[in-house]
Amino acid sequence: MAEKTYLQAISDGLRQEMQRDKRVFVIGEDVGVYGGAFKVTLGFQEEFGPWRVIDAPLSETAIVGGCTGAAIMGMRPVAEMQFADFISCAWDHLVTVAAKQRYRAGTPVPIVVRLPSGGGFSGGPFHSQNPESSFAHIPGLKVVCPATPEDAKGLLVSAIEDPNPVLYFEHKHLYRRIKAEVPDERYLTPFGKARVHREGDDITVVTWGAMVYTADEAAKQLEEEDLSIEILDLRTLIPWDRKAVLESAKKTSKVLVLHEDTRTGGFGAEIAATIAEEAFEHLDGPIKRVTAPDSPVPFSPPLEKAYIPQIEDVAAGLRELAEY
Amino acid sequence: MAIAREAEPVSSLREIREAGLDRDDLLLTYRHMLVTRGIEERGHILYKQGKIPGSFYTGRGNEASAVGVAMAMGPEDVGTPLHRDMGVHVTRGVEPWRIFAQYMGREDGPTKGRDGNVHMADSRLGLIAMVSHLPAMLPVAVGAALAFRIREEKRVAVGWFGEGASARGDAHEAMNLAGVRRLPTVFICDNNQWAYSTPMHLEYACETLADRAQAYGFEGVVVDGTDVLAVYREARRAIEKAREGGGPTLIESMTLRMEGHAVHDDASYVPKELFEEWAKRDPIERFRNWLRENAEFTDEEEEQLAGSVKKILNDALSRADESPLPSPDSLTEGVFATPEDLDTPHHK
Ligand SMILES: Cc1ncc(C[n+]2csc(CCOP(=O)(O)OP(=O)(O)O)c2C)c(N)n1
Ligand SMILES: [Mg+2]
Repeated sequence: MAEKTYLQAISDGLRQEMQRDKRVFVIGEDVGVYGGAFKVTLGFQEEFGPWRVIDAPLSETAIVGGCTGAAIMGMRPVAEMQFADFISCAWDHLVTVAAKQRYRAGTPVPIVVRLPSGGGFSGGPFHSQNPESSFAHIPGLKVVCPATPEDAKGLLVSAIEDPNPVLYFEHKHLYRRIKAEVPDERYLTPFGKARVHREGDDITVVTWGAMVYTADEAAKQLEEEDLSIEILDLRTLIPWDRKAVLESAKKTSKVLVLHEDTRTGGFGAEIAATIAEEAFEHLDGPIKRVTAPDSPVPFSPPLEKAYIPQIEDVAAGLRELAEY
Repeated sequence: MAIAREAEPVSSLREIREAGLDRDDLLLTYRHMLVTRGIEERGHILYKQGKIPGSFYTGRGNEASAVGVAMAMGPEDVGTPLHRDMGVHVTRGVEPWRIFAQYMGREDGPTKGRDGNVHMADSRLGLIAMVSHLPAMLPVAVGAALAFRIREEKRVAVGWFGEGASARGDAHEAMNLAGVRRLPTVFICDNNQWAYSTPMHLEYACETLADRAQAYGFEGVVVDGTDVLAVYREARRAIEKAREGGGPTLIESMTLRMEGHAVHDDASYVPKELFEEWAKRDPIERFRNWLRENAEFTDEEEEQLAGSVKKILNDALSRADESPLPSPDSLTEGVFATPEDLDTPHHK
């Protein structure tokens, strides 16, 4: 055990997998000599050589399409998008090829695409997005959104081991801000098992990624108002832990769904609909969503602050629910 | 002036033997071409009988190109053939009855009814099933080559695309990455002069598509796609060059799509004279004449071959017709792979 940043946990997990499995290789823009835009693969090329830490041309289609071909030939590729936003250029290769190959042709495509996502530092409309729900909608893709250093490592190991295409959303705001104990040995954090970030009785917050910490700060505020908030960190959206969500909804009878992605068609809508379908009788209030509005992510700080759900927004939503 | 090299025809039995095919191989090549056309002709009949749901595509006129390239591939090589390349599946050894089952959406088709047409591949034969989106399989083929390069295996990946699909970015990204990394890839452009109703001059403005290879740092070759021996020889050269670390080649194989885009299309936009002109260069007829003139192909051999192909196809049709339709209960099975699915020759 050692204390590590979220970024270090990703890096260590990846390095360990590359050390133990020769089939694992990394490909992306500037991942080799430079160590990646965020330095997740710093020092990897010295350790594993230029054919396992591959500096690709600016070519997302070729990177993800290439990973698919290599995976079908028995490799375990881990692609890095420089920013999650650029995955749109490889949409076809995830959605058209990788996601459907097992179903229609019987060929598994075990690839991992690492996606530095999320806002909070004036990245603007093209370096801040959280496009996880677009991919959660595609049958055949798995979607992973770790919130803690321990999960960042364990979920990455599971993603590499998984026989399917996995989108691994790593939140940029957590990279160096979040530190915690991370086991040194190899371990797998299973997909589809939510983590109780905070136990409580009055209201459930269902969330993931960086919003776990926003929810936690809001919960601390409400604790002083004698409200006990339960926070479920989904960890993975596909598959997602319906059971844990429904159980918590039944226990508290009030649910707030929180995400940094935009509202319409966001994954929160799926969670809310599922609770409405399967736990309606247990609810004492409407299912509330706190999300980004339906707009691109803006650049200027006051605009971006208004865009990303803040602690006060969550606290206000929780108070509203408490009073219902 | 074109930059790409123009391939020479093969003139004698000795020349083709030097390129790698003996007389038995030549007869096998001819047989694969007959089976390929036979499958598609019978498919057409099945379609008219209402036994094939959806649409139906053939590669009439492309048999030499598809079979010629596939004959040049090694057993460990892989490829991503498209909708005009039935000959590749046939040459790699897929059983014809499975193709008919695929056409009809049956349980025993390679996709078990989950996809139709030539959207199929037997991965054990080194083929990767195409998707509709063109030319999305090119980056996938390059990725296969990347795997071979990383593992330092002497294997080659062959990727196909049409002249219409050459306009899309996937073609550029795939060839660029393959060129930059000198990956063991051979790109085959099936130039059949039309992309659905769009003629080639509305798809690209260079003289030949093979000219583009130079921009990616490798060689381009234009070959007569109705000449199976010329196709074979160029494909073989390119594949062996790639195998030995010489990097990619782009081969542009010139044909004419001899039918409509798919069965619903009468191709009335293609000038009649063009069809007449290219009908004289029918790849099967052409190869048959070559065999007669250069390889002492006898009436007896020809009859025997035609008879055995006919029997294979008839048997295949009845066997496919016995294959059940898939059960709706299986609808959502296999959306996700399980760890056991990785137990394939490739994934190990
Ligand atoms: C990205 C994409 N857009 C449109 C289509 C529909 N489509 C199918 S085949 C075809 C023409 C393809 O022409 P070409 O690449 O020359 O291949 P050919 O069919 O002539 O062999 C079109 C437009 C497609 N399959 N993929
Ligand atoms: Mg065409």
